[in-house]
Amino acid sequence: MTDALKLTGLSKSFRVGKRSFGAPWSYVHAVQPLDLTVKTGETLGIVGESGCGKSTLAKMLVGLLPPSTGEIEIEGAVLDNADPAIFGKRIQYVFQDPISSLNPRKTIRQIMEAPLRRLHRLGKAERAARISEIFAAVNLREEFLDRYPHEFSGGQAQRIGIARALAARARILILDEPVSALDVSVQAQVLNLLADLKQEFGLTYLFISHDLAVVEAVSDRVAVLYFGAVVEIGPAREIFANPRHPYTALLAQSAPEVGRPISAPENAGVELPDPLDPPKGCAFNERCAFATDRCRRERPALTGDRGGREIACFNPLDPAAEV
Amino acid sequence: MTAFLKLLARNRLALAGLVMIGIVVLLALLTPLLPLADPDVTRTADRFKPPFSEGALLGTDHLGRDLLSRLLWGTRLSLAMGLAAAIIAATLGSAIGIIAGYFGGRTDNIIMRGVDMLMAFPYILLALAIVAALGPGLMNALIAVAAVNVPFFARNIRGITVGIAHKEFIDAARLAGMRDREIILGEVLPNVLPVIVIAMSTTVGWMILETAGLSFLGLGSQPPQADLGSMLGEARSALITNPHTSIVPGAMILIIVMGINLLGDGIRDALDPRLKSGALSRPMAATTVDRQGAVPAARTDSLLDITGLQTEFRVRDRQYKAVGGVDLHVKKGACLGIIGESGSGKSVTALSVMGLVASPPGVITGGAVHFDGKDIVGAPYEVLRALRGRRVAYIFQDPLATLHPLYRVGDQLIEAIQSHESVPRSAARARAIDLLKSVRIPNAESRIDSYPYEMSGGMRQRVGIAMALANDPDVIIADEPTTALDVTVQAQILSVLSDLRRERGLAIIFITHDFGVVGQLCDSVAVMYAGRIVEQGPTGAVLRNPQHPYTSRLIDCVPTLGGGQRKLAAIPGLPPVVDNLPAGCAFAARCDKAQADCRAGQIDLLATGPDRRVRCLFPENVTEHSI
Repeated sequence: MTDALKLTGLSKSFRVGKRSFGAPWSYVHAVQPLDLTVKTGETLGIVGESGCGKSTLAKMLVGLLPPSTGEIEIEGAVLDNADPAIFGKRIQYVFQDPISSLNPRKTIRQIMEAPLRRLHRLGKAERAARISEIFAAVNLREEFLDRYPHEFSGGQAQRIGIARALAARARILILDEPVSALDVSVQAQVLNLLADLKQEFGLTYLFISHDLAVVEAVSDRVAVLYFGAVVEIGPAREIFANPRHPYTALLAQSAPEVGRPISAPENAGVELPDPLDPPKGCAFNERCAFATDRCRRERPALTGDRGGREIACFNPLDPAAEV
Repeated sequence: MTAFLKLLARNRLALAGLVMIGIVVLLALLTPLLPLADPDVTRTADRFKPPFSEGALLGTDHLGRDLLSRLLWGTRLSLAMGLAAAIIAATLGSAIGIIAGYFGGRTDNIIMRGVDMLMAFPYILLALAIVAALGPGLMNALIAVAAVNVPFFARNIRGITVGIAHKEFIDAARLAGMRDREIILGEVLPNVLPVIVIAMSTTVGWMILETAGLSFLGLGSQPPQADLGSMLGEARSALITNPHTSIVPGAMILIIVMGINLLGDGIRDALDPRLKSGALSRPMAATTVDRQGAVPAARTDSLLDITGLQTEFRVRDRQYKAVGGVDLHVKKGACLGIIGESGSGKSVTALSVMGLVASPPGVITGGAVHFDGKDIVGAPYEVLRALRGRRVAYIFQDPLATLHPLYRVGDQLIEAIQSHESVPRSAARARAIDLLKSVRIPNAESRIDSYPYEMSGGMRQRVGIAMALANDPDVIIADEPTTALDVTVQAQILSVLSDLRRERGLAIIFITHDFGVVGQLCDSVAVMYAGRIVEQGPTGAVLRNPQHPYTSRLIDCVPTLGGGQRKLAAIPGLPPVVDNLPAGCAFAARCDKAQADCRAGQIDLLATGPDRRVRCLFPENVTEHSI
């Protein structure tokens, strides 16, 4: 199996305290140098809480944000010029808010035609044929084409967003919280549509979400992000059932579940570390029950274990232990 | 477009302005065809003829020129100048504004500082300076007036563009392969065009005045050519002796500018989306009540008993029945969950309790809310105000939106305490610190002086809870309080709420769309669909053995952790729109068990076991109600 996407040392820092001239006051490292591979045909789930850098990562992958360091390799070709027009043919993006990702003053047809015209230079007849083909694939009626975005419900608008991403004929889709703005009954429709499309067109997905259950239901592998770095990555089935990084365990315990009594899984008042004043060593050490002096000094690297899991932790939980 | 014209026509003053301007423009257009005297031919013998004299309807000026002819030719020139200046200023200013706003960063900085410098000069002085530099003349006056107005457009349009440039559809356009130029013209411009039109319609009047001003000073149109300003200027010396020579152009300026301003205001009101959505109409202090028929009695003696509550939104000739007859009750120390999708009426039900639904357009049209035995629907505002926050408190979804960004959280808590009780500030502050401690905010003594933006989402929501607790209420209505939070923070907040409920005997109504949260926190649950409760019962029983097909299928839609990779069950279709509900079961169209009976008529919420009720003719799992 080939790699659809290979990231090497990819990182992004933002300047804070901008000045007109001279160096900025300081940097915030939104994404720490990161290596990641996504195989062709795979769905890689990315979970993490707000501020963990998952959206920054996604924007870099489609060329909307230039990376600070590192390399993005898409289907074997290195792309480092951060030009969405070049990225667009290979990798596309589905936005979280379906309505605001559609220009309110354009008809759906105009929105759908843009990638066909700009990226593929198709003629009028070819465009029409391609659009009806895609609309059939995402179960949308063609009469919608002459309407404006505000006339659609969230679920329909998200289908249009997916259709637009497919129109570019990219084989890799970055799905950035694609269902979190939708109601549960509609959410399932969209998730199932995504699964069908993946089979039909042989797509590769990078599925970003904060909802662990959704990620587990759609992903082959899951990467857990904390404070801009991958802390654990492994097969979806096992990673939440049998977490090895204490943060993954915390996430799994925090997900509300019918029948489990309420208990705060950690001390109240614990917050994410301050990005302007990052903790020394492991970013999770202040929240971790197993933290040692070493954790407070050194930052653990991502290392593999025998079960095909990679963990960035000096004291990982026992793989056999029940959570 | 037709909607725009309709809105405009509804505004009487704007219509009057349109008529005034329409007549003036028509006259100006027809001027060359009208049988008028030559405006520039002087006949000193006929100077200062009064109006209505033979051969000169409006009289003549100091050189004996026909005033009517000069007025119409002058109006034509002034209108053309004003319009040209407005178009030039709008085009240049908008281009500058869009470029600055779209590219941002240093480009924006440099351009906007230049614009600021232009704005630092007094208006007329700058125009005078430009004309002085270029020399008097019509074209130069035009350039001066346009240049002076460029900053106004640039600043306005830049502000709008900055908002649009960060929208997701701009990113989407980039990914579709569009370049900056195409994005500016194809994506940004159509969205700022209404604002440009609004700005133009409100400024074209000024520009006519300004060009007239320059001509009045002799810097605009040169003799013998007439425009309204130069006519006034020439008539100045004869103001006392022959006032009609000043009054005629003066009145025309008044008519034009007034007409344009009235029309411009009308255009702005009709185009501005904020005005269209009624953002400027202030909601009333309590929801309007328009109850038909008798007030139902309370069904239980619970602390809070909602019976047959109906709330609708009346928007023009449509009625959206957001809540269509809801019965709920919550006892002291109990926690009731209301679960439903967006548009199911769960939030409107909660807001109706204390009359917090915005009116207009919201109206409570039926039912009763008994709090502590008394019906509070339609109670006087003073009664509601005494109850709000004191006995029944709310926690909302987004604490960033409910906390005032400019006040410290401590001050906001103290205000909440002092609005119901007259306690000295120091005592209130001590209570506020205790409250922050009770919601487990670390370092409450120092956190009390933080501003909302200095806190994380979870901390802010704790402040929101502390504020709800400020007056030791009996009932807390929490409207999706954890939806905007991360899972680890959600777990913390839920545990705070659960502890508080136990410690203080609070009754909680918890509104959510998350079965997991309801399952953990609530004793009983009501499932809402299209404004009605479709199923009600103890939480465990409802979640284990759902009886309404909607409940059971909704539960199947939600993935639970530990299930592995799989296909999810989905409910096809969409919930009905509440201004056009079907006759029978609202879920029938999406239900695979629906029969003809389901669509025939009203279906009641019927008991199927102890504490369990379901609104379905063919409920599921009924035999298993051995809970």
